[in-house]
Amino acid sequence: MLKDITLGQYFPIESFLHKLDPRTKILIFILDIVIIFMAQTAVSYAVLIGFTFLLMLISRVPVKMYIKGLKPILYIIIFTAILNLFLTDGRDLPVFGYSIGITVEGAIVAVKMAVRLVLLIIASSALTYTTSPMALTDGIEKLLKPLSRIGFPSHELAMMMSIAIKFVPTLIEETDKIIKAQKARGASFDTGSIFKRAKALIPMLVPLFISAFRRADDLAIAMESRCYTGGDGRTRLREIKFTRTDLIGALAFLVIFAGVIAIDIVF
Amino acid sequence: MLKAEKLFYSYDNGEKKIEAVLDNLNLNIKKGEFVAVLGHNGCGKSTLAKHFNGLLTPLGGNVYVSGINTKDEDKIWEIRRQVGMVFQNPDNQIVANVVEEDVAFAPENLGIPSAEIRQRVDEALKTVDMYHYRKHAPHLLSGGQKQRVAIAGAIAMRPECIVMDEPTAMLDPMGRAEVMETILKLKARENMTVVLITHYMDEAAQADRVIVMDDGHIVIDDVPRKVFSQVELLKSLGLDVPQVTELAYELNSSGIEIDYDVLTVTECADKIMDYVRSVKSGN
Repeated sequence: MLKDITLGQYFPIESFLHKLDPRTKILIFILDIVIIFMAQTAVSYAVLIGFTFLLMLISRVPVKMYIKGLKPILYIIIFTAILNLFLTDGRDLPVFGYSIGITVEGAIVAVKMAVRLVLLIIASSALTYTTSPMALTDGIEKLLKPLSRIGFPSHELAMMMSIAIKFVPTLIEETDKIIKAQKARGASFDTGSIFKRAKALIPMLVPLFISAFRRADDLAIAMESRCYTGGDGRTRLREIKFTRTDLIGALAFLVIFAGVIAIDIVF
Repeated sequence: MLKAEKLFYSYDNGEKKIEAVLDNLNLNIKKGEFVAVLGHNGCGKSTLAKHFNGLLTPLGGNVYVSGINTKDEDKIWEIRRQVGMVFQNPDNQIVANVVEEDVAFAPENLGIPSAEIRQRVDEALKTVDMYHYRKHAPHLLSGGQKQRVAIAGAIAMRPECIVMDEPTAMLDPMGRAEVMETILKLKARENMTVVLITHYMDEAAQADRVIVMDDGHIVIDDVPRKVFSQVELLKSLGLDVPQVTELAYELNSSGIEIDYDVLTVTECADKIMDYVRSVKSGN
């Protein structure tokens, strides 16, 4: 049951997006979020939707992967759309001649929010599908590097993230094992009241935590044995480099984003 | 290569004085030697291993790695580079989520240029026969494969010596065979000094030299053949002997007198055949 959880859903193929420096992608992603929430007019949304389709196309990741990424968020999108539909004040919007409490403004906000969420999810999927978790943490480390001058632990943060990602499957496996062991001794995790079920989790969490600490200890010794001394003086197998491809990519994206802002100002 | 002089160590766990884990231990391991360390649980094997790369420093006596004292804190990283370590649990020593990134971990820490890291990683993965899996996620590999990746991670530092603390304890028979094969290959091809701590007698039988520890001391230190012929002593230390040696020993105690310094099945079979023939010709 727990095996189904996927994290860092990297899709290892070759594409223009895959080749970009993770830093470029992270920055474009952040910019994309800002623009998505700034856009106001239908035209700018049309441009953004077009941009998102372009992303999907050049990532060369199958469209069904993106749809799979949207599925878990579907209920949230529907829920917010319904709330917006009914709870926004404004002119009454009759449906088949009957007034059921929907407003024109509500309908507009609902559609806008739904589009925004879908675009956001697709953009983040495009980022994680085309960037390996290692590259992603590398990119974050490099981006936060300037902050290390004022004492921000950028390398440590990136190392923690990549180790956390690495141990997710191991700990999931462990959890599965503990659940089975406890079930074999008559524990029940899915009957009784919510309170009872929550209490039943304790005998699962305690061994999980103890084993996680033991693993952490082992890992620390193994890392020390392999000469880990922190971020200083460390080189990388694959140095991330800002190349001409990145420049071209970044410029193209900037033009699109500038276009969206211009459209908003003009209309 | 590795030298321990009057080594003394005890764990201070806040309780009243506990017994010494290592007591006045002397050991000298030469370059290119394959040494197996045997002993029941708690005899100080792992503690000894941790002294060889400065994870622990002696409370008494000295440990030298290529002539460098492990107490020398300025040279601790040089010592760790020279002595690669492989531990019991493969899951807990793999750092990255791609095989080749994990093998690159140590060279990255050493500040080696990217191009050379690439070369070392490929070489190390080829040595342990895992090159084909370089882009895989470690958690999808079998135990033996994971442990081979861990060995590659250690040899990517280009160490002089590799110390393994029960690397096969958590593996199935297939995985154990894979790891043993890799160890023998390392020794044969790279003339690597190998210290293998193990519970399995058949693994120790393949070493050049076997050290049996008990209670922080070295009890026996000899070639496998001589060590395993001391069946009674080994049994009194809570250890087993390889199955063939055991068979020869049991035959002896039933009055069938054959040599029991045998280590392999063929050797044992030959000895028994010799005995049968000698009995026949005697008649």
